[in-house]
Amino acid sequence: MSSVNLDQSLNSAATVHAADHHEEGEHRLFGFIVFLLSESVIFLSFFVGYIVYKTSATDWLPAGVEGLEVREPFINTIVLVSSSFVIYIAERYLHKENLWGFRAFWLLTMAMGSFFLYGQAVEWMGLDFGFTDGLFGGTFYLLTGFHGLHVLTGVLLQGIMLGRSFIPGNYDDGEVGVAATSLFWHFVDVIWIILFILIYVWQ
Amino acid sequence: MTEISLEALSPKREQPVPGEPENWRRFFSFSTDHKVIGIQYIVVAFVFFLIGGFLAMIIRGELITPEADLVDRTVYNALFTMHGTIMLFMWTFPVLNGLANYLVPLQIGARDMAFPRLNAVAFWMVPVFGVILMASFLVPGGPSQSGWWAYPPVSLQNPTGNLINGQFLWILAVALSGISSIMGAVNIVTTIIRMRAPGMTFFKMPVFCWAVMAAQTIQLFGLPALTAGAVMLLFDLSVGTSFFDPATGGDPVLYQHFFWFYSHPAVYVIILPVFGVFSELFPVYARKPLFGYKFVAVSSFVITGLSAIVWVHHMFASGTPGWMRMLFMASTMLISVPTGVKIFAWVATIWGGKIKLSTPMLFALGGLVNFLFAGITGIMLAAVPFDIHVNNTYFVVGHFHYVIYGAAVMGIYAAIYHWFPKMTGRMYYEGLGKLHFVLTFVGVNLNFLPMHPAGLMGMPRRVASYDPEFAYWNVLASLGGFLLGVSTLPFLLNMISSWILGEKAPANPWRAIGLEWLVSSPPPHENFAVIPTVVSEPYGYGKNEPLIASQMASTELTSELS
Ligand code: HEM
Ligand SMILES: [Cu+2]
Repeated sequence: MSSVNLDQSLNSAATVHAADHHEEGEHRLFGFIVFLLSESVIFLSFFVGYIVYKTSATDWLPAGVEGLEVREPFINTIVLVSSSFVIYIAERYLHKENLWGFRAFWLLTMAMGSFFLYGQAVEWMGLDFGFTDGLFGGTFYLLTGFHGLHVLTGVLLQGIMLGRSFIPGNYDDGEVGVAATSLFWHFVDVIWIILFILIYVWQ
Repeated sequence: MTEISLEALSPKREQPVPGEPENWRRFFSFSTDHKVIGIQYIVVAFVFFLIGGFLAMIIRGELITPEADLVDRTVYNALFTMHGTIMLFMWTFPVLNGLANYLVPLQIGARDMAFPRLNAVAFWMVPVFGVILMASFLVPGGPSQSGWWAYPPVSLQNPTGNLINGQFLWILAVALSGISSIMGAVNIVTTIIRMRAPGMTFFKMPVFCWAVMAAQTIQLFGLPALTAGAVMLLFDLSVGTSFFDPATGGDPVLYQHFFWFYSHPAVYVIILPVFGVFSELFPVYARKPLFGYKFVAVSSFVITGLSAIVWVHHMFASGTPGWMRMLFMASTMLISVPTGVKIFAWVATIWGGKIKLSTPMLFALGGLVNFLFAGITGIMLAAVPFDIHVNNTYFVVGHFHYVIYGAAVMGIYAAIYHWFPKMTGRMYYEGLGKLHFVLTFVGVNLNFLPMHPAGLMGMPRRVASYDPEFAYWNVLASLGGFLLGVSTLPFLLNMISSWILGEKAPANPWRAIGLEWLVSSPPPHENFAVIPTVVSEPYGYGKNEPLIASQMASTELTSELS
């Protein structure tokens, strides 16, 4: 900066650095939203692929397969969708600086997410077609598997956030990590609703 | 893809590696300084450029005679596949990311990127997937032979039967490249939107930053589609699913849609930043404000939007129904409108200026000329009846090499020369630079112009042997190719010797306007001691207006700039 005579009255270096910290959190959340938007295009591509296959395939269901059972997946859907409300309540508690309330509802979200994963695993185990059984099998496992991976990631992220809530003073002025994780959870939820309609309702 | 979220959530920002800008060891460290990462990107990418170029020399050597006599046909297939893949995923994208990394924070008046650590991770993935791709030379069966687009069912053949085969490594490398690019795109877009210096509204932002933002937006919406296709291809190849394999009911054309939905826009990921470079350089070397600054800035985003709706022009001959051909023919031709706006603005900028033909300007002008030519052949290709005739011939190869070598690589050279003093604190040798320009410009035209007549005569692409009637054009092209090989030598010599021995560069050797030219060369750690407040557009050449608030007082600086 040697050659330029800078206006020192703009900002003192100290205030710049204090503001930096808060801003950085906001950058993270912004960046995370950008990332989620991008990620959603992968799902969109899979959905488009699914629709193309389903509307154009000559023999869609593999031999001996009648279709998909809807009852258990529907229960699973209810659990996952309601967990979006639960995680919201957890966030509200954090906002009101009630850490134990936050932890309780956060943990409940994790439990509901895990229940979903368990239900998915049980469903997979009971199916009489596999990943390589035609386009039906391929798209089914691809979509539910890729989504399930996201649910798993969500639960793991929630675990990390829960752990970090025990660091003293860590969540004093809100926490981007919590906001981002919860956003991710809503995202995973919305994707599931579309997926459920495409795969289970539209048979 | 989920590691990204973990990274983005990590609580503490690591301090950049300590050390003076003169400390060369930081280039070999996990530095989080955007300037170090920028140069790391550029250097690593250039190494891959040389490797990809070496493969091209063998290809041109094979094609100098009509017979397949130099290498085996399967080797030839592997060569052009690896050549294309390396040039796009390991040279062009990374080198442009390097330029963006280096320049964007400086140009918008930020101390670093929004996520310095994510930045470093994204960079270090480049050598990793580069090595993975290179490793495919060592596996049984050799590298993938299905071309850079990896169309099934060709890409699903697995003659060796191994799980780890050339195509498998290819998909892995491309997928990792995609993840790295998404990390980079999230970072760059966040940086530009949220970290501009006070006073720098979007319409006071340099066009290079506009162009980079438009290009990275493409990565964000396009790459996931390619990733989806690549994942499905990988399962087909290694698990035996039937997504794209027609033998088991799959749909190979769907893969083409996934591929081109990204890979057409990807050509704008390449060319938009190069347009940005042109827009930065012409005003400096013509000493005139950028003509129609706002139009040039916005047209990048118009191109981004349009680029998403033209991909089927690569599939006119893929059994595409007539109505689709018509639609995509029309949308493709529309792209020439915003592109034309830019070309018009550049010509108007140069027109009547005090032109200084130094190396960066020569490369920029040469790039512009080549781009004009490529744009014309592009519009020709967009016309369905013509394209059906030349699809999969050397005409297409000629078209895209004019853009990618003639315009993009020459624009990248222009940028490297222009910002070399800023990056290294040294001046390059003008004579060697001019020699490099002449060799490159002549080489490009000698190599790629003859491909057009050969293609029009019907010479198919991706063949090791051809009808002797095409021999004349191929000999010319090969000579041009070897000339291009030679052209990298003066460049390398110039870069290395100037970096070590060159004359020390002042802060602003070109009397250019822009925040990056207000700081020392090379810029200090964290760029700006005090973040400047921007008060005007960045192209006030000859206008005698201050760029930042503190210059209002110091008039001797502004008059020096005009
Ligand atoms: C005015 C702008 C442009 C138009 C109208 C245009 C049009 C086309 C068309 C119609 C094709 C398909 C030809 C075929 O396969 O039969 C094509 C191929 C291609 N274009 Fe362009 N193009 C333009 C600009 C660009 C730019 C800026 C780039 C790169 C930076 C580019 C890179 C390519 C590549 C790589 C291919 C061939 C891909 C392959 O088949 O391997 N084009 N172009
Ligand atoms: Cu295209």
